[in-house]
Amino acid sequence: MSQSLNDDLNRFDHTVDPEMDNSAYTLGPLQAGPPCCHPRPLIRVEHLSVRYGEKPALEEITLDIHRGCITALIGPSGCGKTTFLSVLNRLTDMIPGCRVAGRVRMGSTDLLHPALDVQALRREVGMIFQKPVPFPLSIRRNIELSLLEHRITKRSELDGIVEQVLTDVGLWNEVKDRLNAPAPALSGGQQQRLCIARALALEPGILLMDEPCSALDPIASGVVEDLIQRLRGRYTVIIVTHNLAQARRIANYAGFFWVKERAGTLIEFGQCRQIFESPNQDLTAAYVSGKRG
Amino acid sequence: MNWSKLNTLFPSRADQPLLWLLRLCALTAATVVLLILTFLVIESRPALRDVGIARFFGDRSWHPTEGEYNFMPMLSGTVYCSLGALLLAVPSGIAAALFSRWYAPASVAGLFRRLIELLAGIPSVVYGLWGLTTLAPLIGRLHAPGTSLLAGILILALMILPTIALTADAALAAVPQAYLRGAAALGLSRWGMISGVALPATRSGIATGILLAAARAMGETMAVLMVCGNVVQYPDSLFDPVRTLTANIALEMAYAMGDHRAALFVSGLALMLLMLAMVGAAGLLSRGRRYA
Repeated sequence: MSQSLNDDLNRFDHTVDPEMDNSAYTLGPLQAGPPCCHPRPLIRVEHLSVRYGEKPALEEITLDIHRGCITALIGPSGCGKTTFLSVLNRLTDMIPGCRVAGRVRMGSTDLLHPALDVQALRREVGMIFQKPVPFPLSIRRNIELSLLEHRITKRSELDGIVEQVLTDVGLWNEVKDRLNAPAPALSGGQQQRLCIARALALEPGILLMDEPCSALDPIASGVVEDLIQRLRGRYTVIIVTHNLAQARRIANYAGFFWVKERAGTLIEFGQCRQIFESPNQDLTAAYVSGKRG
Repeated sequence: MNWSKLNTLFPSRADQPLLWLLRLCALTAATVVLLILTFLVIESRPALRDVGIARFFGDRSWHPTEGEYNFMPMLSGTVYCSLGALLLAVPSGIAAALFSRWYAPASVAGLFRRLIELLAGIPSVVYGLWGLTTLAPLIGRLHAPGTSLLAGILILALMILPTIALTADAALAAVPQAYLRGAAALGLSRWGMISGVALPATRSGIATGILLAAARAMGETMAVLMVCGNVVQYPDSLFDPVRTLTANIALEMAYAMGDHRAALFVSGLALMLLMLAMVGAAGLLSRGRRYA
């Protein structure tokens, strides 16, 4: 155990490139938050099953999400990874006929409780979608919208948060002169970073990312990936990705999903390195080496 | 490459007949509008020449048989009726659309939408009949005589409400699901999503509906003729009878001759120009659309 802990610590250090110019970012890498190699479960998922009407989507998922870590979910399309993310911020509520069973707890809070304040939950658990969805509003307004709902209305305070989160995602210098320009006119990579900034503005503890780079070109994808690296420690990130190399580069933990009997199941979950280098299951080994999937 | 030559892209000549048919249709529609405008101008010429434009705004009153041609009271009647109707119908139409789209349970929403469609299908003379026999007496109990600006506003509001509600509903239905999910994921409430995302995203669709409704309100003749009382005057209150330009044309066309007849065409022309100005203004507004 202690050996793997050290391995993890070492790997952690390598993820921060000392040559990289971080001055544009207020998020100092790893400044905040405990190093995630001391596994402190933040969200505990036990025997989670999800059905859409009669069709099972997820069967018997049990795993812990650790505080401050990046957890990557990998697996072929249609194996329920996105569904799993939507359970964590209760977006499943919006899908008619969707039934969720099992236990999902964050601390002592039951996330599946019918009386849970889902608005508060979604402020704590931000989500980034595969395709960037900037609202057809100005750049500034995209960020302010959720803050206004949060009853933050003071101009100076709003401006401060807008600058802060845009700086955090490395977008401030690119857009500071055109905050009132329409957000949909930004490039794809900028749109995705704006969406991340929009989520950060609510100061969430957890970020769910559903293939955040797959709709972007390689350069923009690299920029967003670097950004996700910087979020480690300060935020708990759960990322769905089809890019195995990306998962391997950025994640501390990895979960491998597969479709069994037409429902998604978790085949293996563990430290990222273990999943990629010495998987316990043959299926995992076949998938991460590219033989299946 | 010359892209305008369609056959460089589509070597087949199979669509040639269709192309000519479409051209013919477009030409017909455009010609008819221009012909109507020309016809209006030609028929108004005697009045414009003999009476002069200024007197339509400056004469003491509208007594065309005695050579007084001030149609401003009726123009204001048209504007008051339409504005009042829009003031009532725009918020309630949008509210109806929001209700059926996001607040009503599915079964109620479907039924509600059918009812609104039914409302859109009622002929204007039936609205007028109902207004004359039911609405006007009700208003009369509050304040005589009952046939009044208020009655016109209420009837018109009822008539244009479905247009606004149905176009707004269609526009809201077209809001991408991704926006709704994105808004929900940011912890926005239902109203936060509607006011912050859905309504701004559908602004142009809703504005189109309002424009159509405004045009219908200004052009409506029969129903307002039946409920407005048709007294040529500037109304002092909502309970005063008014006469609209459209109602005036319908009332006097049967016996008008000479300059009087031409003066009616001038009022028709004025109505059309007002409409054009409105469409133009809407175009300008939507072009200068700013992101909030």
